[in-house]
Formats: sequence, C-alpha cells, structure tokens
Amino acid sequence: MTTLAWKNPFHDKVRLAVTLTGIVFALVLIIVQFGLFLGFLDTTANVVVRSGVDLWLTAPGVPHVNGAAAFPEKRRYKALAVDGVERVERFALQFSQWKLPAGSQESVQVTGFDLDGGMGGPWNIIAGSIEDLRGEDTIIVDQLYLEKLGVKGVGDSIEINQRRARIVGLTQGIRSFTTSPYVYTSFKNGQNYTLLKEDETYFLLVKAKPGVDLQKLKADLRTAIPDVDVFTNDEMRDRTQSYWLFTTGAGVTTLMGAVLGLLVGIVVVAQTIYSATVDHIREFGTLKAMGARNSYIYRIIIEQALISATMGYSLALVAGWFVAKSSETGSAAILLPPEMAVGLFFLALAMCIVASVFSIRKATAIDPAMVFKG
Amino acid sequence: MEPLIEVRNVTKTYGTGDSAVTALRPTDLTVLPGEVLLMCGPSGSGKTTLLSIMGAILSATSGSVKLLGQEIVGIKESRLPDIRLANIGFIFQGFNLFPALTALENVEVALTLKGLSKSAARKRAQELLEQVGLADRTKHHPADLSGGQKQRVAIARALAGDPKIILADEPTAALDSQSGQLVMETLSTLARDRGRAVVIVTHDSRVLHYGTRMVHIADGRLQEQAHGAQQSHQMEHEGVTA
Repeated sequence: MTTLAWKNPFHDKVRLAVTLTGIVFALVLIIVQFGLFLGFLDTTANVVVRSGVDLWLTAPGVPHVNGAAAFPEKRRYKALAVDGVERVERFALQFSQWKLPAGSQESVQVTGFDLDGGMGGPWNIIAGSIEDLRGEDTIIVDQLYLEKLGVKGVGDSIEINQRRARIVGLTQGIRSFTTSPYVYTSFKNGQNYTLLKEDETYFLLVKAKPGVDLQKLKADLRTAIPDVDVFTNDEMRDRTQSYWLFTTGAGVTTLMGAVLGLLVGIVVVAQTIYSATVDHIREFGTLKAMGARNSYIYRIIIEQALISATMGYSLALVAGWFVAKSSETGSAAILLPPEMAVGLFFLALAMCIVASVFSIRKATAIDPAMVFKG
Repeated sequence: MEPLIEVRNVTKTYGTGDSAVTALRPTDLTVLPGEVLLMCGPSGSGKTTLLSIMGAILSATSGSVKLLGQEIVGIKESRLPDIRLANIGFIFQGFNLFPALTALENVEVALTLKGLSKSAARKRAQELLEQVGLADRTKHHPADLSGGQKQRVAIARALAGDPKIILADEPTAALDSQSGQLVMETLSTLARDRGRAVVIVTHDSRVLHYGTRMVHIADGRLQEQAHGAQQSHQMEHEGVTA
C-alpha cells in the first residue's frame, strides 16, 4: 500500500467523516432494505423451511402452505406403502378465531402437528416443551404476540373456536407474515380448533428413508395417490414465498424497497467516493507532472477507495447488527445472515472501486493550468 | 554546449474552428546548462503554456521540442511520464505538496517514483532536506511549515530525481523577501554549480539578478530577450512587483 493512499483518507478528518457517513448510510440502507426483504421471505415460509419435511402431500390446487384444503386422512396409508417412505405424519395449518379476554376476536393460524414425529413443530422454545402439548387443549404461542393475543404467558387460558386452550409454552421469533400468529398444538387439538373432521387432514408430511431420491419418490407418490399434489419442501417454500411476494402489495413493496435500497446505496457510495477522490485531483495532477504513470495513480485511488470501503463496511456492519438485533422484538424481522454480511463486504468493495474508477479518468487527465495554478 | 531545452517553431492552439484560441504563436527558445532563464509577461500571455510544453505535460500543436536532444513532440503519450521523471523537476507557485505527508514523505514520493526502495528513498530524502536547510523539519506536515519552508521542500522534491531541467512557476510569489531570496539562491546555485537548466516564470522583480537571461512573452509570442542590466529596466517597464 502506498504511503499517500494510506495517509490521504486520515489527513482530513472532516472529509473522512463525510465519506464514511455516506458509505455507512448507504450500506445500512442496503442492510435494512435487504434485511427486511430476507425477513419477509423467511417469515412467509418459516414453518416450511424449519419443518424437517421431505415431501408435502396436499389437496389438489393448494397454492401455498397457508391456503390448505382438507382431504381424507386415509391417503396416509397409501403413502406409507410407497417404497422409500420412512414415515407419514398428519399436519393441520388453518386459520381460526382466538377469543380475547375482553371478548373481541383475533385471527390465528392453528398449527397441529404429530407430537411423536415432530415434523412441522415449533422451534426456539423458551418456556415449556413439546411434551407439554400432550395435555388436553394445550397450546404454545410466540412471545412476540402475547400482547396482541391478550395474554401474559404460560398458564393463561383462552378460547379458540369456542374451545378452551391453555398456554403451556412459549417460542421466540416465530413470526407470521399475516396478521394471524401461529398457535402450535397437537394434531388432535388442531383438528378440534380448526373444525377439521376426524378422518381428514390438511397436509400429510412425508419423511423419506435416508438416501432416497426425492424426485423419484415424489413421482412414485403421485402415481400411487393421483388425487393429491406432492411437493418437495423446497417447492412448498418457493410456492409460499412466491405467493406472498408477488400477489400481495406488501411483498411487491418489500421487493421494490430492497431493489431501490440497493440502487440508492450504490448511488450514494459512488457519489461519496467520487467526491472524495476528486478532492485530491490537484495532488494527482502534481504526481503526474512529477512523472507518475497512470497505473501508479490508479493504484492510489483504488487503495484509498478500498480503505474507505473497509472502514465504512465495518461501521455499517456494527450499525446493521444493532438494527437487526433490535428488530428481533419487533413485528418486522430484519435479517442479517452471515452470507449477506460477506456479500455486502464484496458489494462495498465493488461499489467503491467502480466509483473510484469513474473518477480516475478525471484524475489522470492533467490540466496544466490546474497544476500550475497558485 | 549542447542545449538542454530546444524549442523550435512551437505553437499551441486550444479548440478548433471558430472557437480556436491561439495560446502560443511560433516560438523558438534554447536553454543551455547553467542558465537561469526568467520568463515574464502579462497574465494569459502564454508563459504557463510554454512551460507546460517544455515540461512535457502539454502537447504542442506544431513545431519541435527537444529535451536533452530527445524530440518529445509526436511521441506516444505513455512515454511522457518517463521523460518527465528522468529529466524534469517542477516547482509550483502553490508548492503542490501533499498535505497528508510529512516533508520527508513528500520527498520520498518522488524518489519511490524513480524506483528507489523505501529505505533508500528515506535516506536520500533526508539528505535532500538537509541540503535545503530543513533537516530539523523532516517530520513536519506542510501545514506546519512556513511558505519558504514549503517551497524548499518542493525544491528538495524537484531535485529528488536529479533532473537536468528545473521548471518553476512563480516560485517566490507566495514568499517573503528573505524566503524568496533563499529559494532563488538555491536554484541559481543548482544552475551554476551543477549545470542544471532552470526556467522560471516570474513577475517578481526581486529575483531579477538571479537570472542569467530573461525572455518576455506577450500575446503568445516570445517577443524580446534581455540580458543582465536590461532585465531590470524591462521589468520595471512592465510594472512588475518589487
């Protein structure tokens, strides 16, 4: 690294602060917008992604995981007979009415799963356990929604679809994209809360034997049970995410926000780096008069941009982490996964280098009047 | 004696067609080793343009410019940095030091451009600053130096590549009399004792007696050449500052 490249950014503290502010602002904007987008995708399909399911069997034409229709439970036995299937569990996921203590109602999504198998069950349990759901009329809710649901925590009782329900556990961070929180319970309770008939289910969740080709198993299941749809877990995730992303205003807005955040961030960084580089134009002119080759000047400019990018990124990452952390207790998740943090670093480097390259032409085209001007 | 700078029939026109502006009309000039050539003339007369052409940072529109016998008009632009690096040292009115670097580092930059290692550049930069009387200011940044000290750092930097030609644009304009005198003594010593060609654009009558020759430029034309006592009379005639 050249001495000039290393010392230039630190010499003018105000200029450095302005440059870093621009870069940090741009990167935090990208973190927030992309974090919201990733949070949106995660929230829409979290019950699918974390279900541990290999294949989903649904009634024909089910568009996404939150739009299930009931179908006969006895398809389960046909599925179990297909070679490669290890186990098949019933699963209920349906909207239902939660009666608040004050008498009004809130919509919830009752999630009834097989307590023995556990597929489609809750995660991040911070109070109680899945075993506690073996009791009659027991449920687990997420602590994010306690206030919304008008309860204080474990031990409280309310009514779902006019049936008693007692909170025996709490989860943390299981958000619902819709305004209806997930309420976890046993499949049997789920049938009751969603008014599902005894011999019906909303989904059949298939766990394949180890090493089984899922696409082949999917085809075999379709052949064996032609009156159900079969999806791999990834397909169900994609269907659900696509549905909420492209058919709702919120999805499109979040997507556009992420794209615009990226564009605005790029423009702000480009403007900041360009301005910081052009501030030193006279010095580059002097260097060129002294006999420096363009490559030497390119090197200084790019090194300066890399220093600014690295410092700006580090600060933005800390700020972004705090933003993401604070969103954990809010209704909208802002995710900052490691992959995004790494990608953002390379994005920051790329943005700064590209912006500095734009200023290079200006810096290396010597105007003698400028160099000699007093 | 072989001239270090040889300008023959050089012109410079900015723009084309109706908007073309002629900055330099056909001009001839020769500068020999040991000469301190003063160039004077009113603002916009073409002094800086001629200095830039001689310094290989501006291309002439036509004519011939030879530096140490090497023609520089018409050669590839990519070769010009090497020619500047090898032959020319620049001194600017505004010093043009790098504000983020210390005096020592400012001189080191020029030496590293010449390909010296970091340690060799540091040693040589120290020597050069000692030569210009700034041994005790090596760690100071330009902002902490007086105008005269800054210009002496600039001189040390210009000498870093041991150039045969020194081109100075108003080197004493921003300095008090004592500092200006010290700078001019340094430059004239370089010319006299080490055979360098020093070309100085100036409006400062205080520097007259340091020049071995003076040329006058007006309207892009090298009009007069004066020697010795004539210089003083001519500059007074032009109303330059004393």
